Amino acid sequence: MRIFDPHIHMTSRTTDDYARMAAAGIRSVVEPAFWLGQPRTGPGSFTDYFDSLIGWEPYRAAQFGVVHHATIALNPKEANDPRCRPVLDLLPRYLDKGRVVAVGEIGYDSMTPEEDDAFERQLALAVEHDLPALVHTPHRDKARGTRRTLEVVAASGIAPERVTVDHLNEVTVGMVRESGCWMGFSIYPETKMSPPRMVEILREYGLDRMLVNSAADWGVSDPLLTLETGKAMLAAGFTDDDVDRVLWRNPVEFYSQSGRLDLTGAGAGEPTFAGSSVKRGGS
Amino acid sequence: MTRPERLRAALRDMPVAAWLDTALTAAVERPETVGRSFARAGRQAGRAPLPGVPGWTADEAARALLLAALPADRLPAEIDDLYRHGDAEEKLAVLKALPMLAAGPAGLPLLHDAIRTNDTRLLAAALGPYARHLGQAAWRQAVLKCVFMGVPLTAVDGLDERADHELAVMLAAFSDERAAAGRPMPADAAALLDRLTLKEA
Repeated sequence: MRIFDPHIHMTSRTTDDYARMAAAGIRSVVEPAFWLGQPRTGPGSFTDYFDSLIGWEPYRAAQFGVVHHATIALNPKEANDPRCRPVLDLLPRYLDKGRVVAVGEIGYDSMTPEEDDAFERQLALAVEHDLPALVHTPHRDKARGTRRTLEVVAASGIAPERVTVDHLNEVTVGMVRESGCWMGFSIYPETKMSPPRMVEILREYGLDRMLVNSAADWGVSDPLLTLETGKAMLAAGFTDDDVDRVLWRNPVEFYSQSGRLDLTGAGAGEPTFAGSSVKRGGS
Repeated sequence: MTRPERLRAALRDMPVAAWLDTALTAAVERPETVGRSFARAGRQAGRAPLPGVPGWTADEAARALLLAALPADRLPAEIDDLYRHGDAEEKLAVLKALPMLAAGPAGLPLLHDAIRTNDTRLLAAALGPYARHLGQAAWRQAVLKCVFMGVPLTAVDGLDERADHELAVMLAAFSDERAAAGRPMPADAAALLDRLTLKEA
C-alpha cells in the first residue's frame, strides 16, 4: 500500500514517527502551517516556523524516503491576534517557494470579523499565486462554520476543484460534495473521524475528491491512521485500486494543481550523500 | 570556459533556457526581480543532475547564473537576502555559487550559518573553495562536523593543504572516543589522521 498523507504536522512528531511511517508505506506528506499549541508573539516566530517547513523538515523527511511539501498561511486561530496579523504581509515571499503546494490552513476557528478578513485575503493570495487552498473547518459550531466557509470560497472566485475543505464528518460532507470542493477527513484516535466511520462515508459518497489524512500533531493523534483506514477499506470489500486511489492518487491529483508537486525520491528509503548515509551519526 | 559559462552552456539545450534568458536579462536591468526568479528557478529548471557538469543540478545552475548576473554593488546584499529567505535548495545554490561570484568575503556569515545547521548538504557546500575566508578554528570545527555527520571529506576543498596539528589533535581525540565506544572511525578521517601524523613524525 502506498500512502500520501495530505495533512500532517510533522514538526510536532519525532524522527521515530518518520521511521514508522516509512515502514507503513507513507511515502509523501504535506504539512500545513498551523498553530503550535503555545500562542506566538509576533511575525518573527512565524518566519522561523515557515523556514523550518521549507528547510529542515523536508530534509528530515528525506532521510526516510518520505517526500515533504508544505502549505503556508496564517492560521485562523492566530488571525485573531493583532501581534500576529503582520504575517499576512510576509506570505507572498513564501508562496513563491518550490515546495509550497497550497495556501493553508486557512478558514474559521471562532468565526470572528478578523478571521473573515484573513480568510478572504488568503484566498485572494491563492488565486494570485496560482495555488490551491486548504481550508480548516471549526471544531465548534461546525455545520454553520462549514456552510459559511463554502460561501466565502464561492465569493472569492477560486475554482472549487482547487479547494479542500478539511476535518469533515457525517454532517458536513454532503454540502462540501455539492460545492465541488475536495473533501478532507482527519482520522483521529478518539475525535474527528474513525476508520470505520470513514469507510461508511466512502460507501455512501464514493471516492471522487475524497482525501484521508491523519492530521497528526502535538495532540492525541496517530500518523498511521491513514494505513488503518486503508486496511478498514479492504476489510469492507473495497479493492486495492480503490485504496490506492483514496490514499495516493487523490492527494497527488489535488496538490498537482499547484504545478509544484515533485515526488522524486518517494519511497526511495534512506538516501545517501555521495555514497554515505546522511543520517546523523550521533556520538 | 569559466564555471558560469559551463553552467550556461549546459542549460542552453534544456527547456528552461528561454525562461532563464528572460530572468537573467531582468536580473541585470532590474535586480529587484531576482528574488522571485530565484524562488521560481527550481520549478522552471527542475532538480535533475546537470548533464556534463558533475555535482550540479539544473536548479542550482540556474540560480548560480542569476546571482552571477547581478550588478556587483548589489551582490553582497542580495546573496545575504536570498540565502536568509531561501528554502534549503535556495540556500544550497547560494553556497555553491559563492566561489564564482565577485562577492569578496561578504558571504562569510552564510558559511557560519550553514555550518551550524544539521543539513549535510549545506555543511558540505560550505566547505568548498569559498571556505578560504573561514577562520582556521571554525574551519577545523566544520571538518570535524563532517566526520561526525558522515559527510565524506572529499567535500572539503584543499583539505590536506589546510589540515594542521590542531586538527590532528582533535581527530585523535575523536578516534579515542570512538574506540572507547566500540564504534569505528570513518575510513577517510582515519586516513587523514594517519597522513597528518606521518607529516609530523
